[in-house]
Amino acid sequence: MKFGILINEGPYTHQASDSAYHFTEAALRAGHEVVRVFFYHDGVNNGTRLSVPPQDDRNISERWSALGQKYDLELILCVAAAQRRGLLDEDEAKRAGKDGSNMAPGFQISGLGQLIDAGIQADRLIVFGD
Amino acid sequence: MASKKFLYVNRKAPHGSIYAQESLEVVLIGAAFEQDVTLAFVDDGVYQLMQNQDTGGIGAKNFAPTFRALGDYDVSQIYVERESLEMRGLSKEDLMPLTYEDEDDDWAEKDSIHVVSSDELADIIEQQDVILNF
Repeated sequence: MKFGILINEGPYTHQASDSAYHFTEAALRAGHEVVRVFFYHDGVNNGTRLSVPPQDDRNISERWSALGQKYDLELILCVAAAQRRGLLDEDEAKRAGKDGSNMAPGFQISGLGQLIDAGIQADRLIVFGD
Repeated sequence: MASKKFLYVNRKAPHGSIYAQESLEVVLIGAAFEQDVTLAFVDDGVYQLMQNQDTGGIGAKNFAPTFRALGDYDVSQIYVERESLEMRGLSKEDLMPLTYEDEDDDWAEKDSIHVVSSDELADIIEQQDVILNF
């Protein structure tokens, strides 16, 4: 089965990102394909590399990065949603005249077309939200 | 490009959170990708289509006029759940008129909004390939 994943909530406040992570990890481990994980609304906040949770808690963005690296997984932040919320890669930071970027390894910025494309490519698009 | 039936389920009030506004951005992109697009409005989502919205008091962007562009994007299937309207003391007359030009009927201007029961909406949901909840 080919899955597309949409995550609409940020880390920690809502369970959506945790549930999406567990689903995605289990699907990949079971041999399914995940065409793309798309982060929208506050979900883009999952892509920050500056999050410092307490040591006895999970690190949600690092966990996504590790999963992305292990399975060569596409982790896409919506550009418009990311810019609104201050999630910038180096190019975006330069273009906007900001003093730093904050994207975690393995995440990329792209457009909403990538979400529609995931819906087209996947057998099932699973939405994790509130 | 392959074409699928996309349904966007709008469940939240237009203001108070950004879901409605950002959902509309996805709808417009999806329509530009020439997918078959259907919108459903349920729960507080029905408030998104209210006439005469004025966001001056809260200083938020009034994106309601953008709904009027949907007809130009060939988005003509807009379903509003009757039960959600009734529960809020609303009827179709409280909603902004949204229309499209039917190319199969000499470009006649037609109503895009259809008020349907919860059961009818369930059938519409059943027919979709891709469902996005906002």
